[in-house]
Amino acid sequence: MAPANWYVILAAILFAIGLAGVVSRRNALVVFMCIELMLNAANLTFLAFARQTGNLGGHAIAFFVMAVAAAEAAVGLAIVIAVFRTRGTLHVDEVNLLKS
Amino acid sequence: MSDKAEWIVFLVFAVPLVASALGVVVARSPIHSAMSLVAAFFFLAGIYVVLLAHLIAWLQVLVYAGAIMVTFLFVIMLLNFDDEVLGVRRLKVMQVLGIAGALGVAGTVVKATLDLGELPMREVGNDFGTIRAVGRVLFSQYILPFEATSLLLLVAIVGAVVVAKQRI
Repeated sequence: MAPANWYVILAAILFAIGLAGVVSRRNALVVFMCIELMLNAANLTFLAFARQTGNLGGHAIAFFVMAVAAAEAAVGLAIVIAVFRTRGTLHVDEVNLLKS
Repeated sequence: MSDKAEWIVFLVFAVPLVASALGVVVARSPIHSAMSLVAAFFFLAGIYVVLLAHLIAWLQVLVYAGAIMVTFLFVIMLLNFDDEVLGVRRLKVMQVLGIAGALGVAGTVVKATLDLGELPMREVGNDFGTIRAVGRVLFSQYILPFEATSLLLLVAIVGAVVVAKQRI
């Protein structure tokens, strides 16, 4: 059996790619996609350790993470639509009403 | 499955997974990002099968690659906005620092994981990760979070309608 380390390392790489996307991309939708990527990296870690310890609790948590991701996508995309409708942009640097 | 076979199957899914995840970040058009993300979700489902998480792999394809990404594509098509930058994309100092921070996070976790030494996989029964086994855990040990999830989804539905609707 392959050790669990490889799966955790893969999840770390995936998480870092998502994090880099969140901080470097300026399109709100792409930022959302990168957040989904980070949630998936967390899921992969849960499943790797569930397999390593033989405990199915990790699968249950992964299920809940998916539900939270679905809720986050629904509300987040609604906010994206509302912001685009009122401000005409999805550039996250231009949505700065609270800053000025 | 033998050690070497699992390693090969892992690489078959892991290498395209990292490539398509990078595609999400570097693609210029949001549509290309979304399609890369769909590919990444499929490869990740393959990794889940290697980890014997059969139910979660199915949910990954159905919920993530199906429902969530369709919502994303729907919003991209609906809004019909221009690409964020058409010329050369210049990275600001903060963005470069952020990418360096992300690399630091990855490096730290990889180092910590390698320092642990090999974590051998435990032998598991035949029903590990099946709908029956996960359902039994979900409806006994995790019944309260499961019910809270239904409430969360209800709140999300109502919230999405309230936020996106022009007039209530």
